[in-house]
Amino acid sequence: MKLELKGITKRFGSLVANDHIDLVVEPGQVHCLLGENGAGKSTLMNVLYGLYDPTEGEILVDGKPVVFKDPGEAMAAGIGMVHQHFMLIPVFSVAENVALGNETTKAAGLLNLEATREKIRRISDQYGFDVDPDAMVEDLPVGVQQRVEIIKALVRDAEVLILDEPTAVLTPQETDELLDIIRQLKRDGKSIVFISHKLREVKAISDTITVIRRGKVVGQADPTASPTELASAMVGRTVSLTLDKAPAKTGEVTFKVRNLTVTDHNGQHVVDDLSFDIAKGEVLAIAGVQGNGQTELTEAILGVQPHVAGSITLDGEELLGKSVKHVLGAGVGFVPEDRTLDGLVGTFTIAENMILDLYDKAPFARGVGMKPGLIAENAAKKVEEFDVRTPSVSAAVGTLSGGNQQKVVLARELSRPLRLFIASQPTRGLDVGSIEFVHKRVIAERDHGTPVMIVSTELDEVLQLADRIAVLYRGRLVGIVPATTSRDVLGLMMAGVPAAEAEANASAHASGVTAAPTVSEPAGHEGETHV
Amino acid sequence: MSEKTTPDPLATGNNSAPEPAPTQVPGGTTSEAVASDVALDTAGGQMPPSAVPAATQLRGRDHRDGDGSVLHQIFTGNAMVSFLSVLLAIVLGGILMAVTNPKVAVTAGYFFAQPGDLLTEVIRPYTALVQGSIFNWAGADLAAQLYPITETLTVATPLICAGLGVALAFRAGLFNIGAQGQIIFGALFGAYVGFAWHLPIGLHLLVVILAGLVGGAVWGGVVGLLKARTGAHEVIVTIMLNYIANFLLLFLLTTPAFQRKGSTNPISPFLDSTALFPELLGPQFRLHAGFLVAIAATAFVWWLLNRSTVGFEFRAVGANPNAARTAGINVARSTILVMAIAGALAGLAGVAQVSGTEKYLSGGVAASIGFDAITVALLGRSTPWGTFFAGLLFGAFRAGGVAMQAQTQTPIDIVLVIQSLIVLFIAAPPLVRAIFGLNPRKKKTTTSGTAGSHTGGVKSGAAA
Amino acid sequence: MSATTQSPASKQPGTGKTTGANRAAGRAATTELVSWKAGVGLGLLAILGTVLFGFLANTKSAGFRIAEARDPNASSTAAWVTLVVALAAAGYLGYRWISQRREGGGVDRWIPATTIAAVVVLGLAALGVAQVEKITVPSMVFGWICALLLLGLAGYAILLTLQRRRTPGWLGGLFAVVFLVGFMIWIVAGGRDPEPSISLGGLMAGAVTLAVPLVFGSLSGVLCERAGVVNIAIEGQLLLGAFSAAVVATVTGNVYVGLISAAVAGALVSLVLAVVSIKYLVNQIIVGVVLNVLISGLTSFLFSTLLTADPENLNKPGRLQAVDIPFLADIPIIGPILFRQSLVGYLMYVAVIVVYVGLFHTKWGLRVRAVGEHPQAADTVGINVNRTRFINVLMGGAIAGIGGSFFTLVSVDAFSKDMSGGRGYIALAAMIFGRWNPIGAFLAALLFGFADNLQSIITIIGSPVPSQFMAMLPYALTVIAVAGLVGRSRPPAADGIPYVKG
Repeated sequence: MKLELKGITKRFGSLVANDHIDLVVEPGQVHCLLGENGAGKSTLMNVLYGLYDPTEGEILVDGKPVVFKDPGEAMAAGIGMVHQHFMLIPVFSVAENVALGNETTKAAGLLNLEATREKIRRISDQYGFDVDPDAMVEDLPVGVQQRVEIIKALVRDAEVLILDEPTAVLTPQETDELLDIIRQLKRDGKSIVFISHKLREVKAISDTITVIRRGKVVGQADPTASPTELASAMVGRTVSLTLDKAPAKTGEVTFKVRNLTVTDHNGQHVVDDLSFDIAKGEVLAIAGVQGNGQTELTEAILGVQPHVAGSITLDGEELLGKSVKHVLGAGVGFVPEDRTLDGLVGTFTIAENMILDLYDKAPFARGVGMKPGLIAENAAKKVEEFDVRTPSVSAAVGTLSGGNQQKVVLARELSRPLRLFIASQPTRGLDVGSIEFVHKRVIAERDHGTPVMIVSTELDEVLQLADRIAVLYRGRLVGIVPATTSRDVLGLMMAGVPAAEAEANASAHASGVTAAPTVSEPAGHEGETHV
Repeated sequence: MSEKTTPDPLATGNNSAPEPAPTQVPGGTTSEAVASDVALDTAGGQMPPSAVPAATQLRGRDHRDGDGSVLHQIFTGNAMVSFLSVLLAIVLGGILMAVTNPKVAVTAGYFFAQPGDLLTEVIRPYTALVQGSIFNWAGADLAAQLYPITETLTVATPLICAGLGVALAFRAGLFNIGAQGQIIFGALFGAYVGFAWHLPIGLHLLVVILAGLVGGAVWGGVVGLLKARTGAHEVIVTIMLNYIANFLLLFLLTTPAFQRKGSTNPISPFLDSTALFPELLGPQFRLHAGFLVAIAATAFVWWLLNRSTVGFEFRAVGANPNAARTAGINVARSTILVMAIAGALAGLAGVAQVSGTEKYLSGGVAASIGFDAITVALLGRSTPWGTFFAGLLFGAFRAGGVAMQAQTQTPIDIVLVIQSLIVLFIAAPPLVRAIFGLNPRKKKTTTSGTAGSHTGGVKSGAAA
Repeated sequence: MSATTQSPASKQPGTGKTTGANRAAGRAATTELVSWKAGVGLGLLAILGTVLFGFLANTKSAGFRIAEARDPNASSTAAWVTLVVALAAAGYLGYRWISQRREGGGVDRWIPATTIAAVVVLGLAALGVAQVEKITVPSMVFGWICALLLLGLAGYAILLTLQRRRTPGWLGGLFAVVFLVGFMIWIVAGGRDPEPSISLGGLMAGAVTLAVPLVFGSLSGVLCERAGVVNIAIEGQLLLGAFSAAVVATVTGNVYVGLISAAVAGALVSLVLAVVSIKYLVNQIIVGVVLNVLISGLTSFLFSTLLTADPENLNKPGRLQAVDIPFLADIPIIGPILFRQSLVGYLMYVAVIVVYVGLFHTKWGLRVRAVGEHPQAADTVGINVNRTRFINVLMGGAIAGIGGSFFTLVSVDAFSKDMSGGRGYIALAAMIFGRWNPIGAFLAALLFGFADNLQSIITIIGSPVPSQFMAMLPYALTVIAVAGLVGRSRPPAADGIPYVKG
C-alpha cells in the first residue's frame, strides 16, 4: 500500500502545527520522521490517523484521495498506529484490548473472545511475540505491552504501521529486538512510519528519512548521512553536540545513601538495597530505562514514598522519615520528572509557582500572613535572571511553553542556598535551546560546589552531564562507572548485566557476533545529539 | 524558538499529553477555551477535575489585587454571562408560571388574543417577589416598607455562612455537599449550649457560637479525615453524612436531653435569651447580629484564601495535590483542616438559625440551606465576596418567595426552579452564549476543536 | 568513593525475554504489605456485636414466622420440585468446584456465589417440604453464640494481619452473615410482646419491593459511571419518572403508557445532564446536584399548581397490579418474595440481567467499559467516546425513570411532593457498595431495602433500637464501604473526567 500526504496543514487557532507537509510512504519501506520535540510529528500522524481533521491538504491511499473522520476509518483503510503512550486499558486482558473496536461476536452481540485469542496466538507465533491472550495488561512489562499494541494493528490487517517514539521506554536491547520486528514486518511487505528524534535508531532502521522542523518538512535525508548533518537539519542550525564543562572539582562526600529499600503498595521492592555517595561539586547521573526505580529513588529522598527503609544522610543529618518540608528545608533542591504533574500548579501564577515551596518562609510570609508585593518582586527578578519568556508574572504558569515552565521550576529550586540538587529528566520534552540552558545551569550549580544528582533515561544526557554514572535495573544498582564508559557497556548494564561482564559482552558485539545495529562509540564522542 | 511574548503552544506538550497543551486564554469563552480549561484542570486527563473549573480559579486570581473583584466582574464578560443567566432563568420561570396559570388553561385562545393580560399575570408574582424581598412600596410606614429587605438579609445570613463553607472547600478541590449535615451539627451543638447551659450575657452567645463552630468542624473534619486517610470520595461521604446527621438529630429530639418538657413534638426548649443574637433594628424586625457575623466570616475567608499561608496551601492542594506534596505541603493535613473550617462555617449557619431566626432546635432546622449553599457558592464562583452577594440574591428569592406565595398563590417552589436554572446556566457560559447568539462564528475546519485560540478567545471576550 | 555492586537476577541480555521495566514478573524481593483496615474494621464490629447480642440480650426468645401458603397442595408440589432442582444444582456446582480445585487451576469466579445461592434455596425448599411454620430461638444463647463467632472471626482476621497475610474474602462474607443473624435475633427478641416474632417471608418480600426503585436507580448509575459519567442526578430521574408516570397514566387512562412516559422523563433528565456535562464540559457532579434541585422544584411547583387543582384528571393513575407467575409463585417462602411482583418488579430482574450480560459479555459492553476506563484508547480504535457516553447516560435515565414509576404506579397511586425521598442517593450508595457491578448493585439495593423494611417492622414490634438508627444503616454502611474498611472498591478510571479529544 502506498500512502501519500499532500500539503497537509493543521492549525490550532493561530498556531500552525503542520505547514503544507508532503510525504510519500512507499510499500515495504521504513520511512523515518525525524524532528525535535514539538516539531509537529505527532500532530501529523494524528491527522493521518483520523484523530485530527487537517485544516488543508489531502491524504491519498494508492493514489486515491481519502478522508478519515475517525481512527476507525483510518484502520479500515489499513493504517495502524502504536502510540507513544500505549492506548491499552490496564484492567482489560490482552484479548479484550485487541478485540476492542474490532470485536468478533456471536449471536445477539455476545463477544467471541476465543476467536480473538486465536488470532493473537497466530500473530504471536509468527513474530515470536510470546504474549498470553488472557494476561491482564496492567501486569505486563512495558516491552510486552508494546507488542500488544503491534498485535492490535496487525489483527486489523494494517498495511502501514505508524510507530510514535517507540523506543522511549525500552532498553537498548529491547530496542534492538523492536528493530528486528520492524525488519520482519518490512519483509512481509508492510510499510512502517518510524517517528523518532534519536539519530542512532533512525540511521539503523530507515530507508528514507524526512526531517521536520517547526511544522515544516525541511528536507529528505539519506540514512548514510552523518549524525551531525541530521542534527543540524533537525534543529536548524549547527549544534554543538558537546557541553562545555570543566572537569569536576570534587570536595568531600556530603550525601550518603545506605541500603535504601522502597516497597510499593504491592509489596515489591521497587528500590532494592541501594547504596551510593555523592561528593560536593560532582554530578552523579542515575541511568536506566524508565520504570527501574528512579522515580521511587528520588521520591524516597524527598520523603514522599510511604514504605522506605535504610538511611539517607546529608551532611550527617538523617533525612529518611522526615517530612518533605524538612527535607527541602535541609537544603535539597528538587526538580521532579513531570513538571506539570509534580512541579507546578498550572492554574497558579508564575509568581506563586516561584514560591511554591517557600510560601511560608521569610520574607514571603510572616506568621500566617503572606506578602504579595514581595512575591511579585521576587518573581520579576527570577523571570529576568532565568530568561522566562512571559508577558507577565501574573500569567498562569500553565500557559507557558514546556521550556519556560521548566525554567520556572529551576528558578525556584536554584534560588536558595542548596546542599544537594536533584533533577529528574530535567530536559524531557524540551527544545534544543532550552536543553542547552538547563544543562548549563545544572553544571553551574555543580561548579558552585553542590552535590548534584541527575536522573535521566536519555543516555546522551547522562553522558553529557555526568561525572560518574550509576546504572539502575529493577531497583538495584548494577554498578557505578566513570563517565567515559562506552554506550554499549551502559546499554548492557541497563539490561542488568554487571559492569565487568558488560565490558566483555560489548567487545563481542563490536566484533560482529550479533546482528544488533548498535554503533559502538566512546562516550562524549561527537556526532550524537541529546534531543 | 519563538519564545517571545506569545507562549509557544507547540512546546507546551508535556510528557502526559502527546499533543501540545492548548494555550490557555484567561476569560476566553469559546468552547475551545473551555476545553483548554479542562485540559489545564485535569493535567491532560490524568487527574479528576477539581471541583471548581480552572477558569474560575484564574478569574479569582486575576482580581486578587484590591477587593473590588465583584465590581470588576460586573464589567467583564463573565458578569455579562451571570446577568444573562439570571435573566434567562427568570424568563423561563415566567414561562412556567404562564403555562400553569389557570386563567390560561381556562381559555385556550386567550394567550393569542390578549398577550398583554398574560404578561400581567406573569409579572404579578415577580412584582410580589420584589415587593417581598427588597422594598414594599405598599407598606403603611417606613418600617413596613423596609421590612422586606431586612427579611432578605435575615434569610441570607445562614446561606452566606454555609455558602462560604462550600466555596472554601471548592477552592481546595473538595466538593462539599455536606453543608446540610454540618449545619445540623452546628445547630445541635449551639442549641444545646444555648438552652442547657446558663451563662452570663455576652459570654453565653460567644460560647454558643464556639460550640456551633466546633460542631460543624467535627462533622466536616470527619470527611476530611476519611478522605485523607482512606481516600474515600468526599462527595459520597458528605451525602451519606447528611442523612446520618439528620437521623441523629431526629433521634436526639426524642431524648429527654433535647426534647422540650411537656411537648410531644420533637422540638427542643427555647434558647436562653442570653444565647441569642441581638436584634439589630429592634423587635419588629427579625434581622439579627448574625448578619454581621456573616460579613465578618466573608472577610475572614477572603483573607484566609488570598493573604494567608494556610489558604495558599488550600489552593495549591486544590489545584494540583501532587505538586503541593512535592513542594512540602502536607496534603492530608490541609484536607482535614479545610474540611474542618468549611464545616465550622456551615456550623455558623446552624448557629444563625438557632440563635437568630428560629430560637429553638427542630428537625427542620437546616431546611434546605445546605443544598442552597451549593448553588450559592457556584453562583458566587467560589470567591468569598461573590458567595456573599449570591447569598443575598438567593436570600431575596427566598424571602420574596414567601410573600409571593401569600399574595399571588404562586408556589414558592418556583424559586427552586429559578435558582437551579441560574446555576446551570452560569456553569455553562457557552450554553448561554449559544442561546443568546453571542457565540463567535464557528471555525470552518477544526471540528475536533482541541485548542484554544488566541484570537477567538480575545475576540469573544471583547464582544461580551 | 564506594558503591555496592550487585549481581542482578537476570543475566540474559538479548534473549527476547529481558524487559527492563518488568515489575510484575518473578522478582524475588518482595515484602507483603497488608492493610490494617480489615482487621480493625472487623474487630470493632465484633465488639459492637458482642455488646449488643451478648451483654444487652434479654431472656426472651425470638420467633420467625414462615409465610403460610395460599394453596397447600400446590405449595407442597412446588417445594418438592424446587428441592430436587436445588439439590441437583448444588451437587453439580459443588462437583465443578471440587474438580476445578483438584486440577489446580483457579475456580471460575461465578461458582462459589452460585453454589451458596443453590444451598440457600435448598435449605428454604427443605423448610417448605417439612412445612415448618415458625422458628423460635432463645435470644440469649444464640446471641452469645453469634457474638463468640464474630469475635473468633475478627480475631482470626487480626491474626492474619499481624502475620502479614491477607484476609480471605469468605471471612468477610461469613462475618456479615453471622452479624446479620445475631442482629435479627437481638432485634426481634427486644420486641414488646412476651414472645415477640416477625414474619420472615413478609420481611423479605417487603425488602424486595422497597428495593425496586433502588435497583433501577443504581443500574442507571452503573450505566453512566461505567461509561465515565458521574450520575448524581438519579434522584431527579426517579422523581420526574414518578411524576410523569402519574400524569401521563391519568391523562391517557393507561398505566402502561404511563410506564413508558416515565422512561422518557428519566431520559429527559439525562439529556440535560449529557448535554451540559458532555458537550459543555461542566463538572458532572455540579450538574447532577443542580438537576436534582431543579426537578424537585419543578415537580413540586407543578404539583402545587396543576395537580392539586385537578387531581381527578391529572393525578389518579391507577395501579399496576401484582402478577403471580404460575408455579414459581407457589414455592414456599421464595415464591411470594420473588414471584408475586408487579410488572415493574419483573422488569427489574430483566434489567439487572440485561445490564450485567450487556456490560460484561457483549461488544457494546466492552466498548462502554473501555470508554469509562481509558477514553483515549477507545478513541484510537474508532469508538466515538462522547457518543457512547451520551447514549449510556440516556439509557441510564430511562431505566431510572422506570424505577420512578414504581412510586406512582405500584407503591402509591398518586404523585406527591418529593416522593422519591432521597432514594436516588441511596441508589447511588447501592451502586458504590455494589462496586459498579449490576449484580453487586442489585444485592446492595436488596440489603438497603431490607434495612428500610426492617426499620418499619422494628417500630411495629417496639424494639429497643431507635428506628432512626436503622434508617441510618445504608448510609453508614456506604461510608464504611467507600472508606475501604471492608473490601476495596475501584471506580472506573475515567469516571467524572470529561473527554476532550486530543
